[in-house]
Parts: sequence; structure tokens; C-alpha cells
Amino acid sequence: MNWLYAIDHKRVGILYMLSALLFFLAGGMEAMVMRAQLAAPNLKLITPETYNQMFTMHGTTMIFLVAMPVLTGFGVYLVPLMIGANEMALPRLGALSFWMQLFGGVLLYYSFATGDAPSAGWFSYAPLSEKPFSPGSGVDYWALALLMIAGGSIGSAINLIVTIATERAPGMTMRLVPLFVWMTLVASVMIVFALPALVASLVLLLSDRLFAARFFDPSQGGAPLLWQHYFWIFGHPEVYIVVLPAFGMISEIIPVFSRKPIFGYPFVATSTVAIAFLSYGVWVHHMFAVALGRNFLAIFAAASMLIAVPTGMKIFSWIATMWGGAIRFTTAMLFAVAFLLEFTVGGLSGIAFAAVPVDWQVTDTYFVVAHIHYVLFGGTVFALLAGVHYWFPKMSGRMMDEKLGRWSFWVIVIGFNTAVFVQHFLGLMGMTRRIYTYPDLPWFGTLNLISTIGAAILVFGIFIFLCNVGMSLLFGAKAGDDPWNAWTLEWAVSSPPLVQNFAEIPEVRSRRPLWDRKHPEMPDWMQA
Amino acid sequence: MVFLVVAAGVVYSAVRYRSRGLATTEPRQIFGSRKLEILWTVVPVLIVAGLFVVAVRAMVLIDAPQDSDRSPDLVITGHQWWWEARYPNGVVVPWDIHIPAARRLRVRIESADVIHDFWAPNLARKMDAVPGHWSYIWLEADEPGIYAGTCSEFCGAQHAWMRFRVIAEPETDFEAWLNNEARAGRNDVPDAAELLFRNKCEKCHTVVATAPSSGKGPSLAHLASRETLGGGIQRNTPENLMLWLTDPQAAKPGNRMPNTPLTTEERRALLAYLESLR
Repeated sequence: MNWLYAIDHKRVGILYMLSALLFFLAGGMEAMVMRAQLAAPNLKLITPETYNQMFTMHGTTMIFLVAMPVLTGFGVYLVPLMIGANEMALPRLGALSFWMQLFGGVLLYYSFATGDAPSAGWFSYAPLSEKPFSPGSGVDYWALALLMIAGGSIGSAINLIVTIATERAPGMTMRLVPLFVWMTLVASVMIVFALPALVASLVLLLSDRLFAARFFDPSQGGAPLLWQHYFWIFGHPEVYIVVLPAFGMISEIIPVFSRKPIFGYPFVATSTVAIAFLSYGVWVHHMFAVALGRNFLAIFAAASMLIAVPTGMKIFSWIATMWGGAIRFTTAMLFAVAFLLEFTVGGLSGIAFAAVPVDWQVTDTYFVVAHIHYVLFGGTVFALLAGVHYWFPKMSGRMMDEKLGRWSFWVIVIGFNTAVFVQHFLGLMGMTRRIYTYPDLPWFGTLNLISTIGAAILVFGIFIFLCNVGMSLLFGAKAGDDPWNAWTLEWAVSSPPLVQNFAEIPEVRSRRPLWDRKHPEMPDWMQA
Repeated sequence: MVFLVVAAGVVYSAVRYRSRGLATTEPRQIFGSRKLEILWTVVPVLIVAGLFVVAVRAMVLIDAPQDSDRSPDLVITGHQWWWEARYPNGVVVPWDIHIPAARRLRVRIESADVIHDFWAPNLARKMDAVPGHWSYIWLEADEPGIYAGTCSEFCGAQHAWMRFRVIAEPETDFEAWLNNEARAGRNDVPDAAELLFRNKCEKCHTVVATAPSSGKGPSLAHLASRETLGGGIQRNTPENLMLWLTDPQAAKPGNRMPNTPLTTEERRALLAYLESLR
């Protein structure tokens, strides 16, 4: 019961993760319904309207109710521990943010009970999302739920920013905070600057729908393209909001299991800030198929291509960290290494969209579907799985089973790549996205069937992972404070940490306070 | 290429630097190398700069400047969920778009309702059809042939079946086709059937190819000579056409055609009438 009014950052963090898991299962089921319908050409398992509801809910759920909350959850749980604080700066705001997020999700899913779930896509382009074309109440539920979720996200982001700014242990300057904290900070600042664009557009859309305003109605002088500009000026930074904290996790995990400090900390941190700035200048690459003028498009193409540079810098830094190390392949490290490869696939296919003429063919095809899943699943979810295996002992006090972990790793890798890699080919062969069925064109049926089989394997892999989590919670070996021989402050406290994290606030002199403690003969602060 | 470099780096480090057994000593602690970091910033900058130049060149080729005073050779309009092409001589046809081969056509893309996207992968770039906002593309087929196309922007329930075909023909065949479309349809059925059509269907569907589009339903002029129904969802057979008369929502779920109460007799008469429109 006392979880209901919990304000301790560790409890709020775990609540975030549990709610994200719940919605992850819902979003996963929606994906499986779609993959079943697409298993063969011209299937009629579900109606077109149901299919459209599925992909609308799948996208909205995975972005707003899974990726953002679970990363916020990790941030809220880990940031105070990593910076040597006992609590978030604004604990009540933290609890309020979580409940807004959760009830936003409940409101969104309540739309199923009304029989009118939203079906205009997670991007809900006007005028399709306007009353004449979406007369049901689905889009209203969608917009109101997102307003609530956006409020919660902004609240938790402000909380994280204030905490990182004011609660750091003595001696921990911004040059010494762990990279996960750096990247959470940058993502939080991005939330504060990006989400208001979404909020504004939702308010305009609701005004159109409920009060007969005409912001997006061309017949009354409104501008349908305005919606797209608003949505993507939020929407592209959003991609980095759900990727940067995952980068942060990778930046913690790879060094510990390679037994070396991160290679080029200042470059990794600075490149994150560069990504944040650039991400506000690339939104039009979602709109290259609109007639907007060549010079205009060229500017956004250049910015979109440039963003590959700071992202590539990180990948090279992670590889250089492994280079010359003594790598321990725990399940966490396996997921982190798989992340490197899969995220690179997603990053490279992303450059294809920045090249405008390529985008003019492949945008809105399954090539995009493959790309976003390599970035968000191969990237964010793999990093999260690495993070769960890495921090589970800290959060629960018990180790996860390595054998089951390896099983889940391989099944997930095989399932994910089988499901998604073939979608690149489908896109290049001309299969557009968001279609409930497709004609029996050469290879379409075969490749889609392979994709569906891969998705089923992936579900099985996730099932093994969840079994591992459940069984380890009950029967896992005791973890101790520092099972990985790690270096950041969260491993200095007990597992799980007490309500008051630190009996005595530690003093920090380098990026790896625990290394300094373990190696008094060559502490980092003497070398740097 | 870039992927191979990254993959090689990952795999090499993973294999070469795998820790064997319980290492008691830590490896050498390296914090970074300014030289390397600058190298892997500058090289990618050069790569993307090269890509950018290539991309802009291709843009200029594909999207050559439009002579704004030239009137379009073809106007294509997206409707929920079918395409319509209008020719300069006033002929309007649904989703089977004939063009002369080996001629560069200036095409205007419009939308009658929500945002669609005209995509004929082999013939032209993708172009969004935005309501209240005209866009232009160049469309050209080098060789005669039938080219598939589809709507590429999610536009509602039947986005999947908003397909079209571009039929590129030698210039003379194209002219002949266009002239044939422009003439009135043959009519060898009883007047009663035609009257029935006027009463029940004509509010949304015309049978005169040169009539201004109602915007509600596709033109049925020369229907019997068309190969597909409903934006490509079925082949044009009497059975499938009958399905549209009996239960349009079964023929294409979610489409905008309402159920019209008709007796079996009336349906038969209408079918015969529609089958006579050659």
C-alpha cells in the first residue's frame, strides 16, 4: 500500500519501470496482432479500422508509455545514487509526474472500452485527425492522454535537471559526473524544450475538434502542414530523448565489463550536447515528400547528415573502450555489444533518409519501419536490457541467472533481426507502411511471413527474459554491494539501497570514485 | 562499408580482448586519445559532406525547375481512397492512368480531402498531395509498360487499397485511347436501367468521362473496359461488381459508399447497365 504514496526516488523509479513493463506487454501484443494480419497477402483476420487502431496504439504506447517512462524510471532511480545524493531535489513533483504519466496511459487505453480507440496514427496528421475524417472520440482520448503524459514528462525532466544541478556530492563537478547522468541531463533539457511544441499542437487540434476552430482546415484558411511542423519539431528531438539515456547506460556498462575507463569522456559528453542542438534543426526530414522548395530541403538534409557525426563519435569511443580491455561477457555486456552493431545498422539506414532523393523513394515504406526498429529496439531496448541485467542486482539485491540470460539474449537477437531485417527489403521493393494488407506481389508474402515468424521468436525471447527476472527475484543468488567490481557511487551503497542511500555523503575527486577507493596506489585523480 | 568497419572493430575487440579466467590485474587504463578522437570526427564529416553533394545533385536532376507558366499535362487528385487523373481535354479517369511513353509530363498533384502521397516508384519521386496546396512533379516512363503505384501517406481506413497503375503507351496508342475515353459510352440497354442509374447512383458517380468530377465517387464511364475495381482491391468481374451493388462495405470495408436499398431486379438491371459501359 505504501507504494501508492511513495516519494522515495527508488520506489518512484521502480513504479515507472513496472508501468512501462505493463504497457510494453500491451504494445507488444498490438504488434503481434499486426504481424499476424500481415503474415500472408490479403488476410482478413481483423478489419482495416482495427489494424489502424493497432498501429496507432502500438506507436503511441511504445514511445510515450514505454520508452520515456522506463528511461525516466532508470534516471530517477540511478541519478541520486550516482551523484551521491539521498533523494531527488523535488520528491513530490517526482511522484506527481509518475501518476500523471500512468493515468495518461490509463486514459488512452480506456478508449478501447468506448469502442473508439484512436486510429489516425501516433503522428495523427491533420486533416485526417480532424472531426470530419475521424468523427469518433478516439483522437480526443489520444490528445487528452498525451497532454497528461506530456505534463508528467516535463515534470520529471525538471526534477532531474534540478537534482543534477543542485544535489551533486561535494567535489563532483559537471566534468566528473557519470555519463549516464550527463546524458539523462541532456535528454531532460530536450524534453523541456521539445514537449511544449507537442502540447501546443495538441491544444490546437483539440480546439479544432471540440470547439470548431479551424487551425488545420485548409477550406477555412487553416494550414494542414502546420501540424506536421509542430509535431516533428517535437518528434525528432523525441527520438534522441529516448535514445540518449540508453547511450548513457551503454557508456556505463561497456567500461565496467572491459575493465577500462570510457575512451574520451569529454568527446562523448560534448557530442551528446551537439546531438541535442542539431536535433532541433532536422525535423523537416520527416516531411521531405512535401513540396517545400529545394533549398529549404537541402538545409535540413545537411543538418540531418551532420547529426551522424556526433553519433558516430560515440560508437567509436565505445569500441575504443573495449579495445585493449579485459572483456567479461556477462549477459549485460552481450546486450551492450549487440546494441553497438544494431544501433549502427539503424544509424546508417537513417542517413538514407537525410539524402533527400533517397528519401523521395523510401519514406513511408517498410524501410522506415526497419530503420526505427533498429534504432528504438536494436538501440534503446537492447541498451535497456543491458541496463536491467547490470542494475538488477543493485535494485533487488539478487543476481540474475546468467544461463537464462544467455538464452534470452540469443533468442531475442535472432527473433529481432529475423523480424526486422527483411523489412528493409520489403521497403525497397515498394511495400508502404501502415497498410492492413497487401497484394500478392512477388516476395511480399514470403518476406512478411519471415518477419512474422521472427516476431514470434522475439516474443518467446522476451518471455524467457521475464521468467529470468521473476525467478531471480525469488531465488537469485545474493548480490552484495558491488557484484561487478564497478566504479560509480551506486555500487558503494547496499543492494538494495536503504531509504537513506548514503550514511555518509562521499567526497568525489574523479569520475571513478570507487576505482580510487580500490586502487589507492593509482587513483584516477592523480592521472587526469 | 561503414558498417563493416564498425562491425570489424566490435568483433575484433570482443574476440581479441576477451578476458580468460579470473584476471587479477586490471588492463592498462587508457583515458582517451585526442588524435584518434579528432580523426573519427573529421573523417565522418568529410563522408557526409561528400554524400551531401551527391544528394543535392540528384535532387536537381529529379526535381528539375518547373516552368510555372506551362499548364500541367495531367492533374492527379487523391480521394479517400482512390486516385483520379484529369487530362487537358477534360477526360477524367480513376486509378488506371494512361500516359504517352518517353515524354516528360508536368503533373499537378492535388488532394480532395486528407493528405495522400502519389508514388509510382519506377517513374517519379514521391509527392505528398496536400489539401489546398498544389504540388508538381515530373513524370516520365522511358519504355511502354504497366507500372504499379500506390498512396504512400497514411490516409485512413483503406490506405492499403489506394493503389493505381500507370499505363505507358506509344504516343499513337495513347492518343487513340484518350479519344476513345472522350466519346460518350455506348448504351444498348433498356432506358429503364439508365433511369435507375440516374436515380440511385448519379449523385456520386458519372458515366460521362468528360463530366466535371463529383468528387464523391469515381467516374464509371467505360467501366466495363477497366480491369480493377475499388482502387485495385478486386478484378473487374460481374460477381465483384455485383458485390459493390449489394454490400459496398463488404467489397471494401470502411469506404465512403453507402448501402443503397435495391431490389434483386434493380441490381440485375444496374449490373447489365454498368457492364454495357464500354
